[in-house]
Amino acid sequence: MSRPVQFNATPKPVDYKGHISVVDAPEGHMGEGFFATKLSEVVGLARKNSIWPLPFATSCCGIEFMATAAAHYDLGRFGSERMAFTPRQCDLIMVMGTISKKMGPVLKQVYLQMAEPRWVMAVGACASSGGIFDTYSVLQGIDQVIPVDVYVPGCPPRPEAILDGLMKVQDLVGQESLRRRNSDHYQKLLDSYGIQ
Amino acid sequence: MLKLLTAMSLSNEQIQHKLTEKFGEQVFAFSEPYGMLTFEAPKELNLKVLQFLYDDETLKFRFLTDLQAVHYPTDKGRELAVVYHLHNLVDNVRIRFKVFTDINTPDVFTATQLYSSANWMERETYDFFGVNFLGHPNLIRILNVDEMDYFPMRKEFPLEDQTRVDKDDEMFGRGGSVN
Repeated sequence: MSRPVQFNATPKPVDYKGHISVVDAPEGHMGEGFFATKLSEVVGLARKNSIWPLPFATSCCGIEFMATAAAHYDLGRFGSERMAFTPRQCDLIMVMGTISKKMGPVLKQVYLQMAEPRWVMAVGACASSGGIFDTYSVLQGIDQVIPVDVYVPGCPPRPEAILDGLMKVQDLVGQESLRRRNSDHYQKLLDSYGIQ
Repeated sequence: MLKLLTAMSLSNEQIQHKLTEKFGEQVFAFSEPYGMLTFEAPKELNLKVLQFLYDDETLKFRFLTDLQAVHYPTDKGRELAVVYHLHNLVDNVRIRFKVFTDINTPDVFTATQLYSSANWMERETYDFFGVNFLGHPNLIRILNVDEMDYFPMRKEFPLEDQTRVDKDDEMFGRGGSVN
């Protein structure tokens, strides 16, 4: 096997001009060999910087997602490096594209297969509200079948807008209470969708 | 012995001539919109006409391009038209064949024995217009939800989703203060 080599023989050091963002440690009490902080903050920090999305791409917004995940707009730098195409192993389902009424139960089934904690992002006008397809066959917004956390408007939204939506999801994830998924409030929300 | 070859390939007049030779007055309403021969026949004869167009060695219409329906709500007694688009792949000639049926008894014989592609196309026509194809192996809805109880492409049904309550009529040009 070939040994690891550096193919760039004369690498130039990159000047980032200070445009590097790092994740700050949460507030806490630092001591000699220990650091005390809130568990919810640490867990939130870990979860929000490693959101694994499930791209549920149906139509044109899916193409914009492909552009977002590609090198230029890189979704991976937000921690979403692994697009788990299975609901069992992902945190965030990104519904991108027109969902027809026939597809509604399929989407609900995929959502049910996700493990807690799970978040839903509706990308684009069609997933948010049916978009321009106000017809008998298109589901007028996926929030008729599953609870949605973030809506990204646009037809299609630019990759920057999808990244902005992901950052909003990161805010939600970072500040979520650890007890939320077991609370009555959340149970009532799921019951309103007919989900146990 | 010289073999006389026809100077031109299959023409619309030849097709029309062969059809009237075989079926007489039962094929009628010949027209050529944009150069494509279009004719009509009673719905009981649709399989016979399709089979003739398939089997005949000069006509050779062996490819079913499309099978659809049109709803004419004002033509009482002939509301639903089932339209077959056929293609002769060897001579590159297309024709259109229509059968009309009453909307109260929309029964038409199925073309699936002759063309396998008619299977799904007839399911779609049933799904959207309600044309009942007699002899179809599996005539159920194909594109709409299974629980739908009406036929959406008929003219009396609206395009828009009726469950929305948040539409601003003024923006859609209905009522309101504008127009």
